[in-house]
Amino acid sequence: MVTSIVVDNVSKQFRLQYHRTIKQMAMAKVRSQQISDKFWALDGVSFEVEQGESIGLMGLNGSGKSTLLKLVSGVMQPDQGTVLTRGRISGLIATGAGFHQQLTGRENIYMNAAILGMTEDETNEKFDDIAAFADVGRFMDTPVGNYSSGMFARLGFSVAVHVDCDIFIADEVLAVGDRPFKKKCLARMQEIRESGITLFYVSHAAGSVKKMCDRVIVLEQGRVGYDGDVEEGIKYLHYDGSDDEPDAEEDLDEELASDI
Amino acid sequence: MAERVSVRHDLERIPLTSPSSTSGLLEVFRRRYLLRLLVRREIQARYAGSTFGLAWSYINPAIRFATFYVVFGLILGRGLNQENFAIHLFAGMVIVHFFTETVTSGTRSLISNRAVVQKMAVPREMFPVASMLVSLYHTIPQLVILTIVCLATGWSPDAEGFAAAFLGFLIILVLGTALGLLFAAANVLFRDFGRIVQTFMNMVPFTTPMMYPFVLVADLGVQFGEIWPRLYMLNPVAEAVLLIQRGFWVTTVSNKEEELGQAFPDDLWSRGFIMFGACLVLLVVGQLVFSRLEKTVPERL
Repeated sequence: MVTSIVVDNVSKQFRLQYHRTIKQMAMAKVRSQQISDKFWALDGVSFEVEQGESIGLMGLNGSGKSTLLKLVSGVMQPDQGTVLTRGRISGLIATGAGFHQQLTGRENIYMNAAILGMTEDETNEKFDDIAAFADVGRFMDTPVGNYSSGMFARLGFSVAVHVDCDIFIADEVLAVGDRPFKKKCLARMQEIRESGITLFYVSHAAGSVKKMCDRVIVLEQGRVGYDGDVEEGIKYLHYDGSDDEPDAEEDLDEELASDI
Repeated sequence: MAERVSVRHDLERIPLTSPSSTSGLLEVFRRRYLLRLLVRREIQARYAGSTFGLAWSYINPAIRFATFYVVFGLILGRGLNQENFAIHLFAGMVIVHFFTETVTSGTRSLISNRAVVQKMAVPREMFPVASMLVSLYHTIPQLVILTIVCLATGWSPDAEGFAAAFLGFLIILVLGTALGLLFAAANVLFRDFGRIVQTFMNMVPFTTPMMYPFVLVADLGVQFGEIWPRLYMLNPVAEAVLLIQRGFWVTTVSNKEEELGQAFPDDLWSRGFIMFGACLVLLVVGQLVFSRLEKTVPERL
């Protein structure tokens, strides 16, 4: 097997700035209040991922999931430790990045694809698939500023799921889009998974993690709280509905997941 | 089922690398395609929704020249005692505009592209460089207008002049990119920086010999001491303005030989090459500083 991602003892520190202007800072100094503070968003995180594994990254809000994704995708650099990856990274992390309201759907597809690392030939070749998946019809050649928010999101998603990558990071999968589109997205994610692409999937939805992933990593206040089997991981987080009522969204998610 | 990705991409041969590592400006050239799209997006977006579109790029400088001609050529004409002063001013304006546009849009470039910078690992040098190229593109219509008015006044261009103008553009291109890189990163860490830069950019046109003839600069020395004209000439933008005037303005005047002697420093060329070298050094420094600062850019945006 080929190692796909190595995260070795990674820590990332952020600074909290309590005051904005020089005046406020001076006032705080006089009153001997704290001007800024530091906190560890990630603290000594280590794990390795084999090529083709699909990881469900779970954890409560503020546990460091997004920071970890940004380190793996290369947007941020760790303060301590090392992150290593193999091959091209894409995913539902930069959906719609570089979109310009005044430009048409077609122009924006080329732009977004280039940002995700696709070449011109590659985009030409896949353009029809992307357009079909986004399914915006004759709006394709009008400025995206006129799109409905759903159409806008669909366009971004379609580009992301068509990049020929080795590591696929999915952060905001079920956040937008109508039901049929969500279904289509999850089906496409399954395809991505089956083609041997390493999948890094962030979700609060236990149902889709169960369907999608074969390993769960749970982050707790910047540390790895659990790393291993999916069922166990969900239990670890108490996301299996054992201690409270399952909410409606969870039901919908279960349903969607079972549709695939 | 399709072949597995690891086989198709022959992943065993691809090394594990840090996902955020880039080789700076070189990486920008490696991703020319993305750079091209970024530049095209800015150019298209500028006139999106306007009916005249790109024509505005010609209308604005044409009207600016007409104003110069009326004010400096007709109203103040005799007092300035300088032939074709409108061209003298306009030629300098082309290059000064290129400089200020490059630096101000470069300074803003990381912040205005924050959606991309925060989400994808692209070489971030891309954005100041794209700003420079967009500004360069917008000088083309101005050069067209400049050429037309030169031809209309009776132009006898020479090869040395073209070479001088070209060197002037090279100096500003490198200098603008270097400052764009430095200021873009600084502006993320310290937001007031953009305003400071803007203030200084408003001064730049007055620090170059285009609104007044070069002879006045030499007079500075007589009046206040030898040090002042020397300091004045340390400004690369002033040098670039002189170089473009060598290419366009001086080749339209009737007493060209006389003006060549008094409207330019004797060491115009050697100064130009030294300035160019200094700007290249500044570019290297800019890249080094940028690489250091950019590590904290995504979280400070």
